Amino acid sequence: MKEISVQKIVKAVEELCLEANCVLNQDVVDALQRSLVTEESPQGKEVLELLLQNAEIAERESIPICQDTGMAVLFVEVGQDLHITGGSLTEALNEGVRRGYKKGFLRKSVVTNPFTRENTQDNTPAIIHYDVVEGDNLTLTLAPKGFGSENMGALKMLKPSDGLAGMMDFVVETVEKAGANPCPPIVVGVGIGGTMEKAAYLAKKALLRDIGSAHQDPELAKLEQELLGRINDLGIGPQGYGGRTTALGVSLEVFATHIAGLPVAVNINCHVARHRKIVLKG
Amino acid sequence: MSDQGRRIITPLDLEIVQSLRCGDRILLNGVIYTGRDAAHKRMIQALERGEELPFNLKDQIIYFVGPTPAPPGKVIGSAGPTTSGRMDAYSPYLIAQGLKGMIGKGLRSNAVIEAMKEYGAVYLGAIGGAGALLAGCIKEAEVIAYPDLGPEAIHKLVVEDFPVTVLIDSQGGNLYETGQKAYKR
Ligand code: SF4
Repeated sequence: MKEISVQKIVKAVEELCLEANCVLNQDVVDALQRSLVTEESPQGKEVLELLLQNAEIAERESIPICQDTGMAVLFVEVGQDLHITGGSLTEALNEGVRRGYKKGFLRKSVVTNPFTRENTQDNTPAIIHYDVVEGDNLTLTLAPKGFGSENMGALKMLKPSDGLAGMMDFVVETVEKAGANPCPPIVVGVGIGGTMEKAAYLAKKALLRDIGSAHQDPELAKLEQELLGRINDLGIGPQGYGGRTTALGVSLEVFATHIAGLPVAVNINCHVARHRKIVLKG
Repeated sequence: MSDQGRRIITPLDLEIVQSLRCGDRILLNGVIYTGRDAAHKRMIQALERGEELPFNLKDQIIYFVGPTPAPPGKVIGSAGPTTSGRMDAYSPYLIAQGLKGMIGKGLRSNAVIEAMKEYGAVYLGAIGGAGALLAGCIKEAEVIAYPDLGPEAIHKLVVEDFPVTVLIDSQGGNLYETGQKAYKR
């Protein structure tokens, strides 16, 4: 049986934290540059230019792109033929976050309890989603999530009769209500089907896809484009100052559901759409 | 006037406030104070108990920000605005105490806008998610109250050409409304 030690996992997560928070993903940089060409509002253009400059400064000076370095969300795919040695996997992931956030001078934004709200001082616990897959690799994807955008998400249990049109309207309404709060230009993740929690999970997972990469299913890819068009027609624009670029991309994830239901979850991400992946081989 | 807007030196008196219109781009220079959720809650509790606030609000600006820790050799870490709506419950009380400006991002409630019109105050927008760029305009930073709140402590900042846009002016003019209307299809 192939093995990976927890030490190796701690180190990998630590590095993901630094990289994800200080280096803007290339797909976002490319999308911002494309929008710079299509944006008609002078103020909108200026914002997009400043966001690109901001990313350059962050990378050059190794400081966070945004001060909200988020809650650390980890998607972990564990190969079923892999053996983790030397301790607990969950503890190793949290230790990696702890070290990364300390070493990188990242902000510690997690409170112990939603009501008493004492800061845990090390940005743990991380939110960890496990998936068991075939093979003997360990794939870690870190997606730190700021709450300016997280707070603007929504979930609705639609009726089957609401159909496609109901889903589309709900997504557009959610973005319209969010307005300037999630730091547009945004990225929109939509999870459709499953149960309530499955839809929410899919919406978050949809945000891991590179901006501009169309869904494999051509029908869903078409819907993504249609939604993007409707969202950009809202006119919210960069930072909500008015303009054509409200969203950089829309990603859908769809799953089977119950005869009586049509769950839809919308997870909004800001332009600081962080996601970094590493595959550790057993 | 530089090409990035009109230079303004803090504190803001009523005359300056009344001269600003939504959509104006300005460059702030001088002292501003930081404060977000927890610091606002404490300031309001202090007012309710009839205690002094940690600084005199008259003609001052509060920046809604919780910066990242300063790395060695730097004044401050990444320092962009947080969502202002969470301060809506508190801002009208501080405006009544003489606060003249708020820097943040996102929508404000009617109660805040009414207080801004009544007492004369402006709501300024800094670019959300541009914390690395904005940090470069912050030349000094010192914690002056509530150090136990970590990133939420009140800092006194000295800024140089700190770029902001007037989002809502003292007459209630609102860039979020006019801007969006102009590009809605
Ligand atoms: S919504 Fe995103 S860009 Fe805006 S403050 Fe939060 S993390 Fe930063």
